[in-house]
Formats: sequence, C-alpha cells, structure tokens
Amino acid sequence: MRRLLALLALAAAPVLVLGVLFVLPVSGMVAEGFVADGRFAPGAVLDVLARPRVHRVAWFTVWTSGAATLLAVVLGLPAAYALHRLALPGRAAVRAAMLVPFVLPTVVVGVAFRQLLGEGGPLGFLGLDGTPVAIVCGLVFFNVAVVVRTVGVAWESLDPRPGQAAAALGASPWQVLRTVTLPALRPAIVGAASIVFLFCATAFGIVLTLGGVKHATVETEIYLLTTTIFDLQAAAALSVLQIVVVVGLLALAARLRATPDPTAHRTVTPVRAVRRGDAPVVVATLLVLGAMLLPILTLVLGSLSVGEGWGLDNYRALSTSGDDQALLVPVTTALVTSLRTAVDATWMALLVGVLVATIVTRRSHSVAERRVRSILDGFFMLPLGVSAVTLGFGFLITLDRPPLDLRDSPLLVPMAQALVALPLVVRTLTPVLGGIDDRQRQAAASLGASPWRTLLTVDLPVVWKPMLAASGFAFAASLGEFGATSFLARDDSPTLPVVIFRLIGHPGEMNYGMALAASVVLAAATAVVMLAVERLRVPGVGAF
Amino acid sequence: MLSLRGVSVRYGDTVAVDEVSLDLAAGQVLAVLGPSGCGKSTLLRAVAGLEPLSGGSISVDDADLAGVPTHKRGFALMFQDGQLFAHLTVARNVAYALRLRRTPSARLAARVRELLELVGLSGYDDRLPGTLSGGERQRVALARALAVEPRLILLDEPLSALDATLRERLAADLREILHAAGTTALLVTHDHDEAFALADRLAVMRDGRVVQSGEIDEVWREPVDEETALFLGYARVVRGEAASEVLDAAGLPAAPAVALRRSALVADGAARGIRARVESARVTPEQVRLVVHADGIGRLDAVAPLGSRVSPGDEVALRVDVTRLAVLPITPGA
Repeated sequence: MRRLLALLALAAAPVLVLGVLFVLPVSGMVAEGFVADGRFAPGAVLDVLARPRVHRVAWFTVWTSGAATLLAVVLGLPAAYALHRLALPGRAAVRAAMLVPFVLPTVVVGVAFRQLLGEGGPLGFLGLDGTPVAIVCGLVFFNVAVVVRTVGVAWESLDPRPGQAAAALGASPWQVLRTVTLPALRPAIVGAASIVFLFCATAFGIVLTLGGVKHATVETEIYLLTTTIFDLQAAAALSVLQIVVVVGLLALAARLRATPDPTAHRTVTPVRAVRRGDAPVVVATLLVLGAMLLPILTLVLGSLSVGEGWGLDNYRALSTSGDDQALLVPVTTALVTSLRTAVDATWMALLVGVLVATIVTRRSHSVAERRVRSILDGFFMLPLGVSAVTLGFGFLITLDRPPLDLRDSPLLVPMAQALVALPLVVRTLTPVLGGIDDRQRQAAASLGASPWRTLLTVDLPVVWKPMLAASGFAFAASLGEFGATSFLARDDSPTLPVVIFRLIGHPGEMNYGMALAASVVLAAATAVVMLAVERLRVPGVGAF
Repeated sequence: MLSLRGVSVRYGDTVAVDEVSLDLAAGQVLAVLGPSGCGKSTLLRAVAGLEPLSGGSISVDDADLAGVPTHKRGFALMFQDGQLFAHLTVARNVAYALRLRRTPSARLAARVRELLELVGLSGYDDRLPGTLSGGERQRVALARALAVEPRLILLDEPLSALDATLRERLAADLREILHAAGTTALLVTHDHDEAFALADRLAVMRDGRVVQSGEIDEVWREPVDEETALFLGYARVVRGEAASEVLDAAGLPAAPAVALRRSALVADGAARGIRARVESARVTPEQVRLVVHADGIGRLDAVAPLGSRVSPGDEVALRVDVTRLAVLPITPGA
C-alpha cells in the first residue's frame, strides 16, 4: 500500500503536467464541437460527419496512409537487414543518414518534394506534382527510417540459432526467412507498421505543402477548417473522429504486438561479412538510400541556384525578411528563436520523460500497482496519437484565460513541442530502463546503497547515453515541429519551419530561394543532431 | 562416414579451429570435449556449413562438402536450449523438416505421432514452446532433428542447460533414442559426464586443436597429459617421486606422472598401504571423502567406505585401486 501511494505521488507531477497541457487543451477543442450555447449538442457533430467532403477526406487519409505504410515496410525490411546484420562499410553513417528524414521538418520535406517533382524539377516530367502519389512518396520518405530502425534493432537482437537449426533441417535461406525469421520479427514489424500508419494519418506539414486544399487529410482539413473557414465545430468533430480512430488503432497494435516469448533469447548478434548472396539486399538498400537522397539533393541544388547560375545569394538573403516584406523578422532571427525554443522544449520533455520512464519501468509488487503502472504507461503515450494541430488549437482556446493565461508566455511554444517530443523520449528510455535487471538494484541495496545511490550507481551508468540520445531526438523533433507551432508562434517570433512555410506561400523568386536555403540550414542542423544520436545508440535497444 | 581433414577456421588473426582431423563411422556417436572457448562449437558449426573453412576439408561418404550450403547437407542441428520455433506448436516444430519436403499430410501426422512417442511427449502436439519445461523443449528439439532421418545429427551441448537430475535421465533416453534410430551423431560439450553418457568415441580439444581422440574408455584410461586428465574428471595429478611412491604402492612400475581419481586411494582399514594423516572428512551419499596428507607425497584425495569412523588427525593406511588411476605418458623433466 505504501508503495502504491509512493508511486502515485511520484506520478502526480507528470500526470498534472500532461493533464493541464494535454488533456485540458484537447478536451477544450473537443468541447468546442459538442457544446453549443452552453448546452450539450452532439447533433452538429453528426451532421459534420455526414458531409460528403468529410467522407472523402477520411477515405483519402486511410488509403494514402495505408499505401505509405505498406511501401515503407516493403522498402524498409531489406534496409533493416543490410544495415543491422551485414558488415557494410560506413553503415553507421548510413543509418544516421536514414534517420534524418524522420526528424526532418515536415515543411522542408514538402519543399524538397515540390522542388523535385514540380515543373522544371529533375522528376518534373512524371507530372506527379500535386497528386496523391506525391503525398504517398513524401509519407514513405519520412517513415522508412521508422521501419529500418525498429525492425533493424529487433533483427540485430534476434537469436540466429533457430534459423540455423532450420537451415540444418533443409530450409533454404528464403524458406528460413519466411518460416522462422519473419514470424520472429512479427511483433517488431507490426509495431513499426502501426506507428508508421499513425504518423502518416496524422502527418501535417508534408500533406499541407504537397496537397494543399485539393488533397486534404483529416489533419490538414482540421487546420483548414479552423484557420481559413473558421468552422470550429466541424474541426472539433474531425478531431474527435481522429482521436477515436487513433486510440483504437493504438490499442489494436498493442494487442498484436503483445506476444512476448519467454523462451526467446535476446542477444546482440555480431554483424557478418557481406557475401555474394546478399547482393539483392544491398542493391535494394542502395536504391532506397538513393531515393531518400534525391529530394534532399534537389533541395540543396535549388538553394544554390541563382537565376541562370550558381551562388550563395539565397543564403545571404537569410539575414533579410524577404522580398515584399514577406516576413516580420529576418530568417536568421527565426533560426535563433527555433534553437532557443528547441532547448527549452528539450529540457521539459526530458524532465517529464525521465520521470515517466522511471515510473513505468519499475517492477510492480502488487496487481494494483501493476495496473496503475500500465494505465500510466498508456496515458503518457497519448500525445503520440493526437494530432499536433488539435493540440495547438486546443492550447489556443483553453490556455488563454486566468488562472492559466499562457498566450503571451515565451514558454507556450516550447511546452507544446515538448508534449509532441515526449513519446519519443519515453520510447527511447523505457526499453533501456526496463532492461536493467531489478536484481541489480536489489544487490546494490543489499550492499548498503540508498535508493538515491542505487539510482546513481546502477541506473545512471546504463542510461546516460540513451538519455543524451533522447535529448537529441527531442531537440530535433522540436526543431522541425510545425503542426502545433504554426498555431502558437507569434507573428513577431516565428520558428524556422513557420518562416519557411510563409516564404513558400508568398510570391517572388527570391522568397522561394530563401525558403530553400532556410530548409537546407534546418535540415543540416537536424542532421548534425541525429549523427550525434546515432553515435550514442546502445546496440539492441532503442525504439526509433 | 564423416571425415575431417586438417580443418581450420580463422577469424581475422585468431585461429578458432586449428587443423583438426577426425573420423566418425556410421551409427557412432562422437563427443568433442573441451573447455569453453576451445573452438569445439566453431568446429560443429563448420561441419554444419555455418562457418567457412580457412583450410582443410570435410567430407561425408567421400563426397567433399565444400560449397554445399547448410540446407543441402542433410544434417540436423540441435542446440543447447533447443531453439524451437517459438511461434509454432510442438507438432509443427517436429513436422518442420517434413513440411519442407512436402510430405503428404497423412504420412506427416503419423510420423509426428511416432516421433513424439519416441521422445515421450505424446499428446503435446498443440502446446507452444513457451509452455514447456527445459527438458521437454530438448525432447521436442530432438524429435524435430530426427524427423527426416538425417545423415548426421549435430548436438551442441544438448543437456547443459538442464539441471543435474533431469540431465541424467534425458542423457539415458537420448543415448537409447540415438542408438535405436541408428543415427550418426557429433556432439560437442564441456561436460565430461555428458560426453560419457552419450558417446562411443571421444576427442579432447584444447586451444583449437584435438589433443587426443579414440574409443571412450581408451581415452579415459590413458589421458595424454595432465590437463586432459584433469578435464576428464581425474581429481589430482602427482609427479616425480610422489608418483613413483603411489605406483609402487599399487605394485606398478615407476613413472614420471600419475593421474588419480578421488576413489583411487581407499582407506578401508587395510594394514598396508600409503600412510597418511587425515586433514578433513566429508560424508557424501556414496562414500566418505577425505583429504589426506602423506609424507613424501603431499596432499591427496581419498575415500573411505560409508560408516567408517575417520576424523581429522587420524592416521590411515591407503590402498591403491589400480583401475582408478592413469599413468600419464610424460617424459621426465617435462
């Protein structure tokens, strides 16, 4: 009982934070739809859900996300194998490079794809600009890394011996893959696929830049409804729809994934030398890598082209506020704002994330305790499933009056970004903390270590590297966060992604060039952070 | 049947297996015995085709296996902890190789039933590996390996993960099953009990080399050197003068070194023998184990029959049991 109370006391702080900064805004947003003139009126929501456009939008969301998920898995599996099981030269760098798109600011990717597929772009002749295919490609580009990382890590820690036993019994390499390896990887593949589907279905910046009004998903539709049509009721209805679907999907994924095998042996298998038979896998990986580099390369080239020639003019222009006064502040100021915001968001996400990860991974001593822990675990994952747009808009309508008037607080944007980054932090830390055998802590305690000292001598040495990696993730995610920030950033202190989006929206060649240059700067900053993260990776663990 | 000629496996600069040559006749069980890290598992994996050779050749019935991938060798591999396919039921695990060969379903079902009966697990068909005990998992692994009557079964410490009682019981079953099926088997282990329980022939491996091989009792009676003797389960090796004195008491010619089992020296109240003073005594279910000190020889292990009253400080006379010692072929001064 005392343990349970201590657990609840420890959990109180993060629960409160999440309650005020997440549950309150989201329910505020939802209430907007259900309450009219102070009365509960769900009829309007049902009306909205019956609109043909809403059906179209919902169906579009489902099929593009489904197609993108399928593609990401198919393309990601060979790369996961090649980069985590084969001794390819430079594979650490390639792994880091593959991770960059995942944290790349969505707006940047949108810009890169338009540059690639638009008129005059290298792939312009395909006529894909502004089509759903472009959106699916963009989504795949983002999420291949999730598959590679999640499945790769599982593959790396897969015991090779069942496969060898199968081979000795006469199974060809292909049969081993089909009958032994893939079933063993199923939890990881299902987990990755469900996360990817989730990311695709709630993707915002990429869909908005590539699809605009014509091809809207639920997420961009919410944005368009609130910012351009001011139909808050419809927006709220869509938010509710999204939350219900996403929570349902998460629950389903958790069920599909929950097949832990007590006999399975977790090891870190040493990589093996590349053989001739690996050629198809290696070629597939190189193709995926090439396809991922192409948009980025186009982006870089575009940012360096000036008129007919090449030059750094676009970069020099970053210290201005654009042609035609497109912006209120120079881009360089926005960069500083972005960095400062990201630092704030990172420490916030880390503070709450470490607390949450500690709470959910400690061993339970009673059924009640275990139940409380699993409820908390699910609760803290919620921000993963709720759209950033809903969150940002909710912030705007609920945190604008006393006692919590945060509208003018410089911490508003970092707080929203920290919430978006929180699941990443928790997912990076939980497997590591959960992997520490509790008996080590018991051994330390029996040797006379206080709980505090146990934390310092048993947990910290294992967890400090993943903690740095989690900070990197949080930092990168917050640098590129666009959905919530686009609502919350004030006009005179925008972040870099917001500025880029504004620059694309404004006419003028100079503005477009500046958008490209700013995107390259943002991408480079993210890439540097991700390279550092990759160096801190602990083999065999790490979500994505 | 299986023949290894100068087989070497290298990882970079490390030599894991160093020019090993072995022969295994059809229907025999050969145990490769060695401490962990001696290269025995690598050798087994090389035979399975899982490690490329850096020298030498492996052949079966005079057909060289170079370039034959694992799945075309027609062997079966059984690991320490079974390595069952966790997502398949017991019956499907056993039937794995049969399905690969597209065995008709009626024959397949019959064979699975027969195999589960053979390993004493009838009725376990629909259980998942996760619900089995360690011993049961090993039995399923064995049934799976035997399903298609492999030319050769490779066993990697098949019993090491089990506790002592279970190990003894399963060892007896395993030997019986292997002999009943007439299977040729290559076993690697670090446990001499496991080797003695299962094998007909023994090869002792150390630092990547086979230091001794032969019929199991032959190797046991004549270990090639001190380390091998200790590894085979001899309790102590005495050298020089001390060795001569022990051998003299046994009525054997003098030799530079002799390996003694614990039970080679017996304090059963005989009047003659090596005089020694008891340092400690411990009762076990079969005998009283003594540590004694003999003048001119030093500290020795000995046993006394249960019920004999020996306590530290007593003087005893030790009879030497010649069947429980081995004269080591060591040249003086070595």
